[in-house]
Amino acid sequence: MSTPEMKTVMEAPASQRELTLGEAIKEALAEEMRRDPRVLILGEDVAEAGTVFKVLSGLSTEFGTDRVIDTPISEAGFTGLAVGAAMTGLRPVVDIMFGDFIALVMDQMANQAAKVHYMSGGKWKVPLVMRTTLGASRRSAAQHSQSLHAWFSHVPGLKVVLPSTPYDAKGLLKSAIRDDNPVVFFEDKMMYRLKGTVPTEEYTIPLGVADVKRSGDDITLVATSSMVQVALAAAKMLEDIGISAEVIDPRTTWPLDEETLIESVKKTSRAIVVDEGYARYGVTAEIASVIAEGAFHYLDQPVKRIGAMHVPIPFSPPLEDATVPTEQMVFEAARSLCRRS
Amino acid sequence: MAKKTKKTSEPELSTAGKSDHLLQMYRQMLAIRFFEERVNDLYTRAIMPGLAHLYIGEEAIAVGICSALRSDDYITSTHRGHGHCLAKGASPDRMFAELLGKEAGYCRGKGGSMHIADPATGNLGANAIVGGSAGIATGAAFSAKRLGNGRVAVCFFGEGALGQGVLYETMNLAQLWKLPVIYVCENNTYNEYTHYSETTAGDVLARPRAFGIFAERVDGQDVRAVYVAAKSVVDKARNGDGPAFLLCDTYRYRGHHVGDVSREYYRSKQEEQKWVSERDPIKFFGDWLIAEKHADTAQLQKISAEVASNIDAAVQFAMAAPFPETREVQQDVYA
Repeated sequence: MSTPEMKTVMEAPASQRELTLGEAIKEALAEEMRRDPRVLILGEDVAEAGTVFKVLSGLSTEFGTDRVIDTPISEAGFTGLAVGAAMTGLRPVVDIMFGDFIALVMDQMANQAAKVHYMSGGKWKVPLVMRTTLGASRRSAAQHSQSLHAWFSHVPGLKVVLPSTPYDAKGLLKSAIRDDNPVVFFEDKMMYRLKGTVPTEEYTIPLGVADVKRSGDDITLVATSSMVQVALAAAKMLEDIGISAEVIDPRTTWPLDEETLIESVKKTSRAIVVDEGYARYGVTAEIASVIAEGAFHYLDQPVKRIGAMHVPIPFSPPLEDATVPTEQMVFEAARSLCRRS
Repeated sequence: MAKKTKKTSEPELSTAGKSDHLLQMYRQMLAIRFFEERVNDLYTRAIMPGLAHLYIGEEAIAVGICSALRSDDYITSTHRGHGHCLAKGASPDRMFAELLGKEAGYCRGKGGSMHIADPATGNLGANAIVGGSAGIATGAAFSAKRLGNGRVAVCFFGEGALGQGVLYETMNLAQLWKLPVIYVCENNTYNEYTHYSETTAGDVLARPRAFGIFAERVDGQDVRAVYVAAKSVVDKARNGDGPAFLLCDTYRYRGHHVGDVSREYYRSKQEEQKWVSERDPIKFFGDWLIAEKHADTAQLQKISAEVASNIDAAVQFAMAAPFPETREVQQDVYA
């Protein structure tokens, strides 16, 4: 099948409109499904229901229920099936409703999908995308609220994407679908209604390229997924007290754009890493380590990490809210690193 | 209707003109037996790194099943997978090279004994997670149906995998969507060091049948019976009739792996000896070939000598082959 070359559009083009993050994801899927008949969607209630978050509403009308396929509640089973289908000529996108359920598919992803290419000496490929969610504060308690992207980031052979805007979500998902490797795509379920500008013309965003969401000189705030919004809000507060914060979104935890992170910290000499996963042994630890090794002689202060509190996510609203990093926490930490009171 | 057909395994294979096919199956069974004996030898002499799980005693299943497949049909194999790979068409020299971690191996030495994979022969890969390939085999069948290429996928697994939930998740999917996949359960009697009766409740065949999947028990020591059963379900799957499940009774002559030599704590020598002397699939088939005049003793001896010589040459090839360059370690993590 012919694969038309698509140009990568990194700058805002002439024509654009506002889309929610959910709409941007659906548009990416629809475009890729029109472009490539090998792409299909598998998951629980993805067809007529359009998922519990309604992100896929309408796709089964255009593409039919043999390309937007409702599965039994068998995460390991349909993910395993998708691994085999990906090896043999299809390009499945599987939908794992809540990120917590990745515990059910770990063997299929970590032992099968991630290793097939390497174990076969490069002969078999697994062009598979797993879309799933992360993020607390929906009052959904301990088994529907975790941010477990660090688990997959730890496994060689997988790529891990965390979009923070509708524009990024669309461009990154299109790249993920065209990638010949298994890619896990984490969507913050609190961000599906977040609006942003998205060009009408086609574009993709390469995996492994960080984006500077805001330029600054005094401190670097590295943030992922919904924490990018938190970091941007903190940067605004910092601006009011005369601190210029740079906000960088790595967009993919693997591959990781180490150079952009290190160069920013060489400029600012201070860094805070904010991620909604657990800080311990997590994404913030890895990124802080990359910065500490790469910009050690430029640092004025140790790299600060802010992640989810190290507890199962509680149900009760005031308790749950206490577990999630906030703009106030980032603001206070930045002010302290910059020695302002 | 009133007239009864002959015994299941007879009509297909006792007819004249089938001798070549029969002798080819005999040759393949011997090749697996000799291959595995050499693996044991290489391990014992500390030439082979790691360890291996031998298929000796179970040869009739791999050969009977794969003889019913097209070369472009898919298989998934297991940690005890050398027999499946050879029966599907893998070449012993590159197999040995893989077992020794050499660059000439099927996976450039990165997979080893438990991960032989070869797209050229439809081998999606041997899998070292028990039941780990149920998804992959079912997914290959999903692709085959979707792409309309007429391929069938065979999922080999041992009876130990009957304890894994993903097997039932994928059998449910296969029957729901009528996928051309054959689940071949090799009941070699032992889940590692535990008799399967201590781990397996109820009637095994009732499990696939609960999904509405056709399921049949087969004498796994009789290659003709395995072939006939396989041919029937493979043809049906290819014609769109959906999945099937074959339960093949067999026996693992050797230990769980090559280093498992003191086995008295979980099974007796008498039990082992009984299978070896009374139920050996190669002897059983060889005797039948002679009795039915498909071959004489001299012909079988000639085949045996040829196979032995091929296996010798394959070992020589692998021993002489170079290891991969160390820089290859970071290659092929990503496509």
